[in-house]
Amino acid sequence: MEIILNFPCISILLAMFSAIISSALNGKWAKYLNTFVVTAVGVLSAFTFWYTYTTKNSYTYVMGHYPAPYGNEIRFGSLEAGMALFFAVIMLLSLNGGRKKIRLEIAPEKEKLYYIMINLLLSSLLALVYTNDIFTAYVFVEINTIAACGLIMITEHGRTIEAAVRYMIMSLLGSGLFLIGICLLYDMTGHLLMVYIHSSITKIMAAGTYQIPLLVTIGLIVVGLAIKSALFPFHAWLPDAYGYSTVSSAAMLSSLVSKGYIFLLIKLIYRVIGFRRFYESGIVNVLFVFGLAGMIMGSLYAIRENDIRRMISYSSVAQIGYIYMGFGLGTSIGMVASIFHILSHAATKSLLFVSASGLTDVSGGHKEFQELTGAGYRNKAAGAAFTVGAFSMVGIPCFSGFISKLLFAQAAIQTSGKTLPTLIVLAISTVLNAIYFLKTVIRIYTPVKDDKYEAVSSGKNMLYLVTLVCFIVLNLALGMISQPITDWISYGVTALI
Amino acid sequence: MSRTRNQKEYERTFAFHFFRWLGGEKDMFVGNMEMKPQKEPTETAESLEERMRDRQQIFAEVYDETGNKELRLFEKAYKILSIVFCFILVVLLIVTVSHLPAVGNAANPDNNTVSETYITDGLKDTGAVNIVTGMILSYRAFDTFGETNVLFIATCCVMIMLMVDEEKIKFDADSNDREYEPKNDVILQKAASILVPVVFLFGIYVILNGHLSPGGGFSGGAMIGAGMILYVAAFGFEKTERFFNEKVYTVVKVTALICYGCIVTYYFLTGANGLECLIPLGTPGKILSGGITLPINIFVGSEVACTMYAFYALFRRGGL
Repeated sequence: MEIILNFPCISILLAMFSAIISSALNGKWAKYLNTFVVTAVGVLSAFTFWYTYTTKNSYTYVMGHYPAPYGNEIRFGSLEAGMALFFAVIMLLSLNGGRKKIRLEIAPEKEKLYYIMINLLLSSLLALVYTNDIFTAYVFVEINTIAACGLIMITEHGRTIEAAVRYMIMSLLGSGLFLIGICLLYDMTGHLLMVYIHSSITKIMAAGTYQIPLLVTIGLIVVGLAIKSALFPFHAWLPDAYGYSTVSSAAMLSSLVSKGYIFLLIKLIYRVIGFRRFYESGIVNVLFVFGLAGMIMGSLYAIRENDIRRMISYSSVAQIGYIYMGFGLGTSIGMVASIFHILSHAATKSLLFVSASGLTDVSGGHKEFQELTGAGYRNKAAGAAFTVGAFSMVGIPCFSGFISKLLFAQAAIQTSGKTLPTLIVLAISTVLNAIYFLKTVIRIYTPVKDDKYEAVSSGKNMLYLVTLVCFIVLNLALGMISQPITDWISYGVTALI
Repeated sequence: MSRTRNQKEYERTFAFHFFRWLGGEKDMFVGNMEMKPQKEPTETAESLEERMRDRQQIFAEVYDETGNKELRLFEKAYKILSIVFCFILVVLLIVTVSHLPAVGNAANPDNNTVSETYITDGLKDTGAVNIVTGMILSYRAFDTFGETNVLFIATCCVMIMLMVDEEKIKFDADSNDREYEPKNDVILQKAASILVPVVFLFGIYVILNGHLSPGGGFSGGAMIGAGMILYVAAFGFEKTERFFNEKVYTVVKVTALICYGCIVTYYFLTGANGLECLIPLGTPGKILSGGITLPINIFVGSEVACTMYAFYALFRRGGL
């Protein structure tokens, strides 16, 4: 069984190796290698997850010959391993769902570069999930940022390049703030390993020194990562980046890249700053307010949109708002709800992007709603999948979005002082979600006489169909078997410390 | 259609209604909701002209920066607010820094066991006289491997942006390249032919002695890269391609990174599983010493040199 403990390290290195080897291959072989590696990482993570889940233990793995605090190390419990597994699954499904589009939209000689970006993105996500060292986290945040820029601009038309530039500026601002936070933290504690920083912070707190720098540090780290994951006032880069890039990129950016940063933030809150200290700093209230504002504003922006891809993108702003609102409640049950929403949003949003691409394909490539009329009949599989995704986002029972809304509401009721605003905004946001998602569903199922676009049969593109079915099953599974999942998350959160 | 019931009975069932709706044969709103058919958008030349004129007018009024008072006010407020915001941020950070421990104080938190151990045990553990190189390449090997991958992915990203077809490069080489530069500048060429070998030699020296003296893979690689850029600037791409073209670039880069990866993988797996690392540390101070430090320095050096040159070539002509 000991050998399973090597799997997280091997999966990170495997993703990096595959990126390096891909640069010597052509596009086709890079694709095969990438598919193999993502699957292999999924399998390795599944083994790790099974092992950590059955032994109910967290393991520290020394990267090199020198134990902490001298060398690098990674640490994994069942929550981290489960996240890695989930990320690998979503990545594989998003890639398969957009495979045809990748071939069409990316110049053939640049296809291998796309797969290099994806491999390194995977390695950085895994490293962010597993790392126990705050500087390693920063290095892989950098890789993640550059890879995301590459994913956006790979289609090479004006809008995507503009979007990539915007994304880069905002994202580098976030990285900069995060780096300043790390520097201040190092100055106060003299450590880079999360556990050691935590014990130093406990000492500092007891001695009552460095109160102001500590508060500023927490602020800088939280704001830096919030910019990178597009919390409401910092969302300006998001609609263009998600709306115009190729569909796999959009699905991965919304469901993996931003979630990687949020998961890193959760780890930093629990393992570095300490949940109590984080709560007492008052930053939670700021996150709470911006989360609530994002929930409403994101939905309002989405209602105004006339472009289905941009509408789904703006809906991401609202959903990220939900996650930060869960942080802002300042209770561990709120945190569990947030982590569940990370899973549910990742599964749903990638499904929406992939199915929306199927709908726009049968509407002559137009993304405007008027052209999409009746698209659900022309591509039945994509229509059904989009409906499932929309129901999940709105929060219809049986789908994953319902459970996260239920968890948020439960968490709100158990939090004194924040109950009423949370519940009211949750209700308003749900109604707004329903307005724009159900509008779209009705639109794609409105019959049209003498259709000018041709229908496609779902059997033509088996890979796409299978991907959609997997997504729907994943969504229903999250919605119907929610109890074991929430139990696992609430156990995993306590094991993070 | 139903096999068990007749048509009339079937028409009353839920399944009939559902499949009729699903098939799009009947609009569920028709007959239940008052509906007006949407008017076909008609556009005559006049209305088009009018619309364009309106649009022009709107643009002229909204974006008229001299006449629009609100816009000017907004721009002013924006400038003032951004200055105020930056000022607040600067003050905040300065106040924060003033509360941090003073530089050089022996009792500072960062003068803890970690840095002490690096200094006292560094030579014994890593076999590298240069403690900094020893530290980044063995104590924190994972970070450095990640950092090397940052360089790698940065080159790939620039390739996505700037890489153009080979035919276009050939075409541009005659017409566009060096438009503003003298071709075959004698002074530059003479200076380069003296300097380039020295720069290469010094770069190689810095890489190979990375574990003994200040320097290492990153700085030595940057020197070699700078030497190659100087050579290209003096003699042009045609001559450089004789010894360094895209094929050589790919081979060098991939070999260096894979070898580096293999070494760190071996190092991580043996370290974590309590096995002994079989790469000998050697006698400190000798050129063949330092365990994994020397080979990693060489591979990092070649990767960095390739990256530097690739950036220059990509920005200058969009290919290697």
